[in-house]
Amino acid sequence: MAAVTMTGITKSYGAQRVLTGIDLTVADGELVALLGPSGCGKTTLLRIIAGFAAPDEGTLTVGDDELVGARGSVPAERRRIGYVPQEGALFPHLPVRGNILFGLPRRERTADRLAEMMELAELPAHLAASYPHQLSGGQQHRVALARALAPRPRVILLDEPFAALDAALRESAGREVTRLLRAAGTTAVLVTHDQSEALSLADRVAVLRHGRLAQVADPVGLYTAPADVDIASFVGGASVLPASLQNGSAQCVLGDLRVENPGPTGEGRVLVRPEQVHLRPAAAGAKDAVGVVTEVRYFGHGAQVRVELPGTTPLLVARVAGAELPAVGDKVYVEVQGPVRAYPGEAPA
Amino acid sequence: MLLVLAGLLVAALALLPFGYVVVYAATLSPQDAWDLVVRPRVGELATNTLALMGGVLAVTGLLGLGCAWLVERTDLPLRTLWHVLLAAPLAVPAFVNSYGWVSLTHDVQSYRGAVLIVSMSYFPLVYLPIVAALRMLDPAHEEVARSLGYGSAATFRRVLLPGVRPALLGGALLVALHCLAEFGALQMLAYPTFTTAIFDQYASAFSSAGANVLACLLGLACLLLVLLELRLRGGRALARVGEGARRPVERVRLGLWRLPALAALTGLITLALGVPIGSLVHWLVVGSSTEFPVGDLVSAAVSTVSLAAAAAGVATAMALPVAWLAVRYRGAASNVVERTTFMAHALPGIVVGLALVTISIRYAQPIYQTVPVLLAAYAILFLPRSVVSIRASLEHAPPVLDEVARSLGLGRLKAAWRVTVPLIQPGLGAGAALVFLSVSTELTATLMLAPLGTNTLAMEFWSNSSSVKYGAAAPYALLLVLLSLPATWLLATRATGGGSRWLQ
Repeated sequence: MAAVTMTGITKSYGAQRVLTGIDLTVADGELVALLGPSGCGKTTLLRIIAGFAAPDEGTLTVGDDELVGARGSVPAERRRIGYVPQEGALFPHLPVRGNILFGLPRRERTADRLAEMMELAELPAHLAASYPHQLSGGQQHRVALARALAPRPRVILLDEPFAALDAALRESAGREVTRLLRAAGTTAVLVTHDQSEALSLADRVAVLRHGRLAQVADPVGLYTAPADVDIASFVGGASVLPASLQNGSAQCVLGDLRVENPGPTGEGRVLVRPEQVHLRPAAAGAKDAVGVVTEVRYFGHGAQVRVELPGTTPLLVARVAGAELPAVGDKVYVEVQGPVRAYPGEAPA
Repeated sequence: MLLVLAGLLVAALALLPFGYVVVYAATLSPQDAWDLVVRPRVGELATNTLALMGGVLAVTGLLGLGCAWLVERTDLPLRTLWHVLLAAPLAVPAFVNSYGWVSLTHDVQSYRGAVLIVSMSYFPLVYLPIVAALRMLDPAHEEVARSLGYGSAATFRRVLLPGVRPALLGGALLVALHCLAEFGALQMLAYPTFTTAIFDQYASAFSSAGANVLACLLGLACLLLVLLELRLRGGRALARVGEGARRPVERVRLGLWRLPALAALTGLITLALGVPIGSLVHWLVVGSSTEFPVGDLVSAAVSTVSLAAAAAGVATAMALPVAWLAVRYRGAASNVVERTTFMAHALPGIVVGLALVTISIRYAQPIYQTVPVLLAAYAILFLPRSVVSIRASLEHAPPVLDEVARSLGLGRLKAAWRVTVPLIQPGLGAGAALVFLSVSTELTATLMLAPLGTNTLAMEFWSNSSSVKYGAAAPYALLLVLLSLPATWLLATRATGGGSRWLQ
């Protein structure tokens, strides 16, 4: 068990800068998610921690050991950092038993240790002799975790671990992983491009953008107070509307809205989250209705509705309950509940 | 890095014969070269060789294309059986085939006879890749052509033929290389080509200038063919774009043509398999009444098997770093290493043999005609078979597994040993088996380089049959055919898409 500290990690591939000055600390026993779109450098950062790639600059320490620094780089096999790649990557030529015990020295490859790990991963004992292709996706996943945890690593790295699972399995696998990691008390870093995964599983989320850390915060802080509008739309799917800001209120196409952070004044933008938007149907001829529904995506428990507002503003996204669905083309009244978040500066043209 | 060093060493060994050809050609004074090359004898050999190649290419091309179409795209009865039979001639070494014919009738000792026998031995080299290509081609393309108004013949010409063209060209170039390299079959047919002429010169005067100049010309011709193949192959898209399950083909109904098609195939198989096997059985029966030297047979089999096993081990050990570099460390250096091993493969056994004879006589007299030199020749000749096998299975072994192993505390070598090597075992095994079987039926380089007193099956067969003891040669020929069978099966299943057990 150990904390991970990165300072000034910088990495280029040829002329392309992939990571710039990453400073990040993961506390002992904490689960941190690296969140970002594909190509943001999150996987590269993970590979640097694992030891599969070396940074051009910067240092990496785990516990009291400097793994990358002035004295060079410790090879991956001596770092005691577990790694769970996409889709688990079980060794196809070994049964579950061989996979789980793979990283242990010969004398520790005992039936007791195997039983302990299988119990921890909630794998039925009769699977020990099964080969990976005979397992379900979720089982493969738990074997991969048990394999990584068996040698008692100081840190576990998870690279988009749920990307290959279907939606139903994803959620339970996510819960399962956090439970396992908590039970083992292991420090963990999870790479994902899925914001709901990051928000629901991690203790803290580090947002990576163009190879730089854009914001590091706990899930609630990240969702309620995103550092800028880009993070806001990436993390919460919020709508961004131009507004003039003054004395804690914002004048925009939806009228006067209350602002939760009364700092900025002048021309700016406000962030309206989907769950703040309430739609009321308007009569077909109603002149005072402000929006027209352009798209309805139904999810069963509710729906995401896009509304076109007057002028050239971007579409407004609203979340509505399944019972009160509008239809495409309906005119609607729009009401925003609660304060919105304001950001200075005009939207890029 | 150790791996690169190993790869470069292998490449250097593979390049030895090439280096010999080039250095020898470069050290000749222009006047000498002119005198040695521009001779009526050389002209005659060149005409013979080219005429043979032309005839064989035409026959094997037509046979390969026609048979593949019949088996893959028509409702021909017993298609699986025909497929096996059409690949089977590869199991009869060309010199055994030739022996089968010559021992029956001397009429085949002519241009036509040579074209017939060489074609019968090598048409599966064209047939198999075309079958593989036809299986890869999406039948939807043919259906689209039909829906756009093309008839059977037009669809064949405009859709099918362009689709199998790379396979046809690849197979044809392989046949051309075999024509240039063939020694045993043509020697028995008394049809002189570059290869047989080099051997005769070598037999009378070892490493003479005449033999060396001919070997240079032959080596350059092979190099030219390989470069041509690289050019033709480069930048060609795959036969089928996109994923998804492929529907079975709607087969062309032969109708009234069914009987003629069956008759033609039966005739072909009779010529390619029936005659050599029949004649072999005949001599076996006749010969066993006169002589059946069990002791000689066993000792020849033992030395063949031990040489082949040693060569398979050497070739696998050499191929592993080459394939590893090519798959895991793509780049200029690994490309050069891999290409080099393939270039060397294009050289006929006679050139490799002569090169090693010359080099060992001049620079390493003590090892001349020893087992290591013979093994080196085998490794150079058959290395690519092992490389191709290992490479194919290595490409399916994801490098992420090695990374996982390292994150679990294993060093690079240990990770490779416990994860990747078990995964590519089928490829290692198949490659070693192919080399083993190729070596056990190799004739030319063996005749030139085998240590005195060593007698392999091929050598015993050769000395008996060339002194017209057909009956005495028969048991050796039978063993050679039996040894070739598994390799043929491996090649045939590989060409038509076999896979390894773990990596489906």
